[in-house]
Amino acid sequence: MSLARDFALGDQAPPLELPDTEGREQSLEGGDDASATVVVWTCNHCPYALAWHDRLVDVARDYADRGVRFLAVNSNDAERYPADSLDAMRGRVAEEDWPFPYLHDSSQDAARAWGAETTPHVFALDSERRLRYEGAPDPDYGDPAHEAIWLREALDHILAGEPPPRPRTEPVGCSIKWKP
Amino acid sequence: MFAAVNASRTGPEIELLWWSGCPSWRRTLATLREQVAAAGLDPEAIEVREVSSEGDAAREGFVGSPTIRVNGCDIQPPAGEPAGLTCRVYRLRDGRVSPTPDPDDVRDALAGAVAESAGTR
Repeated sequence: MSLARDFALGDQAPPLELPDTEGREQSLEGGDDASATVVVWTCNHCPYALAWHDRLVDVARDYADRGVRFLAVNSNDAERYPADSLDAMRGRVAEEDWPFPYLHDSSQDAARAWGAETTPHVFALDSERRLRYEGAPDPDYGDPAHEAIWLREALDHILAGEPPPRPRTEPVGCSIKWKP
Repeated sequence: MFAAVNASRTGPEIELLWWSGCPSWRRTLATLREQVAAAGLDPEAIEVREVSSEGDAAREGFVGSPTIRVNGCDIQPPAGEPAGLTCRVYRLRDGRVSPTPDPDDVRDALAGAVAESAGTR
């Protein structure tokens, strides 16, 4: 499913107001002091999302002291994919040491507004919440040595006030599981 | 369009089942072709079949894409996962999660089938 969306590179990102696994409302506006924000669509059941997860966690930890905020979003249809239910999301966060909140997009409105296509699908925003990078974390889900280099490269440039040299890459992963 | 059944095949029956919602099957097919050739078998004899509906998945006992079967046996037998259209989660031999099976598991499954065939001839 390919989505038409109304924001592009350089545009301000759509609103994002969703509950996390603890029931707390999270929003882009809640990170007004962030020097950059990464929003990553992910999920529990997809092997691509799982394969890249630790690399994204490492990026979140490595850039936290530079004011980079991370938000993970799961929009999958939990009726057909129970591993992506809110309970399952909550269980995973409890078992693992996540350095960022895991948001539940039960209506799938956020995924539609942002044009999320796959898990993972990474969006990196500057301090004014303008889209500066989107795509995959790095060139190969199968090689941890890449260390999410495309995302790190984008963040380094965003933090330096420069446009990333590679603003868009092809997102690779499982398709978002849309409700019928 | 991807089905390639060799009626005169004498080696093991090798199948790759895939679903379009998961892109890893092409890489898996490439790996499978390499391993089949390395085992001295004909890569053209691989039967490649798309699973496109939940009904097909249930009938096939398809627990995710991609699935490789050698002589009807899954190379990494599922541990109770339900049948359905999803991407399959594999564990590589070093413990990492992957959308594709470990090439060594593919190799070993083929070697076992070849040895079994030789032993029964």
